Amino acid sequence: MSPAARNIALAIAILALATSAFFLQRSQVYLLSLCCVYVMATMGLNLTMGYAGQMSLGQAAFFGIGAYIDAILTTKLGVSFWVVIPIAAVACFFVGLALGFPALRVQHHYLAFATLGFNVLVYLVMRNEEALTGGTFGISNVPRPYLFTWSLDSERAYFWFTLAALVIVAILMRLLLRSPWGRAFAALRDNPIRAESLGINITAYTLLAFAIGAAYGGVGGVFYAGLVQYVEPSTFYFTTSLMMLLAVILGGSGRFFGPVIGTVIVILLPEVLRSSSSPALQFMQKWYLVAFGVALVVLMVWLPGGLLSIGDRRARKAAA
Amino acid sequence: MEAAPSPAPATAPIIAFDKVVAGYTPSLTILNATTLDARAGEITLLIGPNGAGKSTVLKTLFGILTPTSGEVRFEGACVNGVPPRELLARGIAFVPQGRNLFGSLSVRHNLELGGFTLPRRELPSRIDEVLARFPRIRERLDNQASTMSGGEQKQLEVGRALLLRPRVLLIDEPSIGLSPKLVQDVMTLLRALADAGTTVLMVEQNVRTALKYADRALVLEMGRLALDRPAATLLDDPDLNRLFLGGHARPAA
Repeated sequence: MSPAARNIALAIAILALATSAFFLQRSQVYLLSLCCVYVMATMGLNLTMGYAGQMSLGQAAFFGIGAYIDAILTTKLGVSFWVVIPIAAVACFFVGLALGFPALRVQHHYLAFATLGFNVLVYLVMRNEEALTGGTFGISNVPRPYLFTWSLDSERAYFWFTLAALVIVAILMRLLLRSPWGRAFAALRDNPIRAESLGINITAYTLLAFAIGAAYGGVGGVFYAGLVQYVEPSTFYFTTSLMMLLAVILGGSGRFFGPVIGTVIVILLPEVLRSSSSPALQFMQKWYLVAFGVALVVLMVWLPGGLLSIGDRRARKAAA
Repeated sequence: MEAAPSPAPATAPIIAFDKVVAGYTPSLTILNATTLDARAGEITLLIGPNGAGKSTVLKTLFGILTPTSGEVRFEGACVNGVPPRELLARGIAFVPQGRNLFGSLSVRHNLELGGFTLPRRELPSRIDEVLARFPRIRERLDNQASTMSGGEQKQLEVGRALLLRPRVLLIDEPSIGLSPKLVQDVMTLLRALADAGTTVLMVEQNVRTALKYADRALVLEMGRLALDRPAATLLDDPDLNRLFLGGHARPAA
């Protein structure tokens, strides 16, 4: 398929998704919005981990920082949602930059634990700094924004809004990955010494991989807070980071659409299994998490490169 | 022990190591007060047994390792601790050992990475310049780099290094994994570069072939210069065989 044809197909798919909101129930539209906000965060994680090769188990912390920045600024200070987005992105960018420093010293599972520790630290701050974060009670009544005079309060309007925002951040990510920066990230992942021998500043790009990935997590968090209109710490515990990591690996780490596919599966599959009314699947209402776990194990054994690696697998078989 | 005669310098050294001590950890030094030089427009071949410090010389010169003492000089200026990207800007390019391509990227993207430090507007003309030299790479431009043959990959690696028009090319074991015919091709290419004025500092285990193309050979042993001879005279030198068979060479002057 030519790039032009692919773009047209993609545009049609996005349009079809947007139109589906007219035919779906409110809760189903909510789930689609949830997928959109999580994809923003997993897209950032895919940059840090999939493209730049820096292991991170701290993405939920940035998601949480973005959500709390939105909740605090909009409910306590009356700051506009539109102002909150760049504030959260910049704040997470700099926190991500700081989190990138351990990556200059340690790699792989050691780095995973360093970032996991950061996630736990952020969670503890959210839980214990009651004056600022509301502690375990969280912050409720987070407002949804207006687009000029159009209220985005309805589930359908907010879905279109998050979908449009996702398309914009995805285009920005695509441009980044196609720029020399994107190739520098890939070079850093493949072999840092080779990258250095070509004049790539591996210190700067390691830090940038974390910082940009974190900014995506933060922006996703802002949209998440607007979606659920209530934030509390447990959502941003490291188990959410594990879920995001799973989404990236499941879809295909280092592939542009990997986090999209992975996140949709991780969020929607349990719901589909749980709420299925088909007689053949009714037993799933009790066993859906077990079935979900088994499906993941089978999928990872069969396709360790993620679902999007299926094309490569077929090509290898054809070549053999 | 009698000192081995050193060839009379034809041109001024462009690279000089003066009692350089360097290694991968502070307690394990590979270069032990190494003193050597390479002259402009020549192929200088670094040879020696495993662990002698050949690759470490290249990595230290290219700023990947920093000397703990001594001085590395490029065109008379000390470059101890100067980062690789700055050395690239000064005209030194490095092709490390083994496969150096980014296999997941296309041939074109690999070439573009070679010009990462160049202004973007200059990149297309530089790529055209390299492609004119390596027509085979032009044919594979949109293929994934990992699908190229070993010889094509080595051409691409050298082409990528030449994108910055380096005055000095450091190349580590260019013959690894290549057929004898491709080794000849790579050596011929390096010879042509040197004849055109590029200084080549090469580490190579395929000593007999490399000596035919080099101007000068430096034999390292235990991180020190053991021999410094014109390459042509070393082919039949019993010192060379003794060294590679486990003996010791007579020290260089």
